[in-house]
Amino acid sequence: MIARLKSWEGFLLMSLVVIIGINAGLSPEFLTLGNQINLFQLSIEKIIVALVMTFIIINGEIDLSVGSMMGLSACAFGWMVKEQGVAAPAAIAISLGIGVLGGALNGWFITRVGLPSLVVTLATLIGFRGLARVLVEDRGLTDFPEWFDALGQQGLIGPLPFALVAFAVLFGVLYIVLERSGFGRKTQVIGTNREVAEFAGIDTNRHKMILFIASGTIAAFAGLLYAARVGAVRGDVANGFELDIITIVLLGGVSIFGGTGSLTGTLLAILIVLNIRNGMALLNITGHIQTGVIGLLLIASVMVPRLKFGTREKTA
Amino acid sequence: MTGLFHRLGPQGLRVLALLAVILLLLAFFASQIDGYFNARLFSRISGSVAIMALIATAQTLVILTRNIDLSIGSIVGFTAFAAGNLVSTNPEMSALVLVLFCCCFGACFGAVNGLIVAYGRVPSIIVTLATMAIFRSLLVEYSDGKSITTNTLPAWLTEFPNLPVFTVFGLEFRAAFVAALTVVFVVHLALTRLRPMRQFFAVGSNPEAAEMAGIDARRVVFSAFVLSGALAGLAGLMFLARFGNITVVAGLGFELKSVAAAVVGGVNIFGGSGTVIGALLGAVLVDVIDTSLVRWAIVSEFWREAVLGALILLSVTTDTLFTRRLVAWRAARAHARREATLNQEARP
Repeated sequence: MIARLKSWEGFLLMSLVVIIGINAGLSPEFLTLGNQINLFQLSIEKIIVALVMTFIIINGEIDLSVGSMMGLSACAFGWMVKEQGVAAPAAIAISLGIGVLGGALNGWFITRVGLPSLVVTLATLIGFRGLARVLVEDRGLTDFPEWFDALGQQGLIGPLPFALVAFAVLFGVLYIVLERSGFGRKTQVIGTNREVAEFAGIDTNRHKMILFIASGTIAAFAGLLYAARVGAVRGDVANGFELDIITIVLLGGVSIFGGTGSLTGTLLAILIVLNIRNGMALLNITGHIQTGVIGLLLIASVMVPRLKFGTREKTA
Repeated sequence: MTGLFHRLGPQGLRVLALLAVILLLLAFFASQIDGYFNARLFSRISGSVAIMALIATAQTLVILTRNIDLSIGSIVGFTAFAAGNLVSTNPEMSALVLVLFCCCFGACFGAVNGLIVAYGRVPSIIVTLATMAIFRSLLVEYSDGKSITTNTLPAWLTEFPNLPVFTVFGLEFRAAFVAALTVVFVVHLALTRLRPMRQFFAVGSNPEAAEMAGIDARRVVFSAFVLSGALAGLAGLMFLARFGNITVVAGLGFELKSVAAAVVGGVNIFGGSGTVIGALLGAVLVDVIDTSLVRWAIVSEFWREAVLGALILLSVTTDTLFTRRLVAWRAARAHARREATLNQEARP
């Protein structure tokens, strides 16, 4: 137990308990089920993508294009349903298909051409956003089918909305994949040392390709969730989300150099970020300042464990 | 021809290739758009490049040392705001003091980044991702919800960007553009001629080897961030002079634009190689596309970003494949030459 608490996850858990304690003291409303669900709902798209981003960063890569892919899939859906007369289920399928293609495009340039993922996904961050703007230009599209909006805004199982259920299922599946499967172990080995992984007979290119396709697909899925929750799309949907998502993953203790990290850490980081934002909102602190505090936390997340628990990162 | 080819090296070739691509693009757009070449085209591109060239140069310095600076946009925004505040309360202040103020102001932010990256040994992508948010939130606090407006600024500042300096072939070179070009060339000269700045390349290509060669890698990384901050501060002043109206979102998104310009300009994202002239041309290339697509009737202006993304991928792919070929070809030639001399020596 003591050993567990001394780990990074233990530190995150303790911080979380403290933050929840303070928040509960600030407002009696805080611990109600309604507020807790609301807290998740407001950032549900980001935290879903953060789960896959954990795999990408553990693998030693990065995907900056997720925010733009969320925007592209949401805009593609809105454009197809409202302006091209495509049936909503077909539009959902096509939007997810765009996610698969976009992820494959990233993966192709990274594995076949051998370009760094930072550069490729920076280009597609601009490119995917551009395609989203080509589709909806400067219009705002709204008034989607009723069942689609309901899926994003109402409870599916009791008060739990569909997106939260999807997050829980995805977390469960990905947790088993990362901690208990060969695929998860390969993800960590490749992130630790790609050459060693190659010599061990792992097809690292195929592995990275799968991860980037998964990232694109889940980002497209998250974009659709956003469209359903807000009930409207515009060209700037999910603009800048990539940095929030990466911040959460790094805060969770995933090394930017790859190799180490866990989904438990990411989940704790998600809870911490959501609770801090909620608590500061209760204190009437604006969004920009909230982001600044999370920035401070991010730096502390690398410095503190090194002071307290020895080195966590390979030194740059 | 082959002599020139050898003298230039990959960096020189890259600059030539970029120039060729820019000229080809200009020719292409000229054939598509009536009256494409006019005074406004040049003044519009040069006005925007004046800012972009500075942030691309700032980013290049950091990337050369195998780091990245994502807080550039926030530094530009904060400096623009602070400088605007300062000059609107003291409209009689000397321009030189204002320039120095902006450089120092930006350099302080850079020093914060540099301290944590170099001496705290935290990866730069994490540090600057965090300081991007922190600097921005400090700006929000500092501004207190107000914004800087053009009418509070002295005329000498807002007129500066449009001041004609000299005219070549009917192209009017204005003060902001000339000033930015001068700064870029000074940085280029320093990077190629000055020993402390040459160390940027050494640290970027191999930090351990640089340490063994007696270079203080930490100090080099620290100075790269400080210089980058100073240049970003200068870009903030340009931003203030050009737009006049500054809100808390000024400079948002500049961090990724500067990386894009540097990468298109052939700066290796893993450090150790690249030129600021390349980054400057990268900024020009991005801007030519940006300004020209708006006027091209066949595609809607909303294609701008999509085309830009495709262009970055295309240019980096060609660059990588071409450099790989070139390296292989040179190795093969050197090998063949060695074989030939060995054969000659073996012959009695």
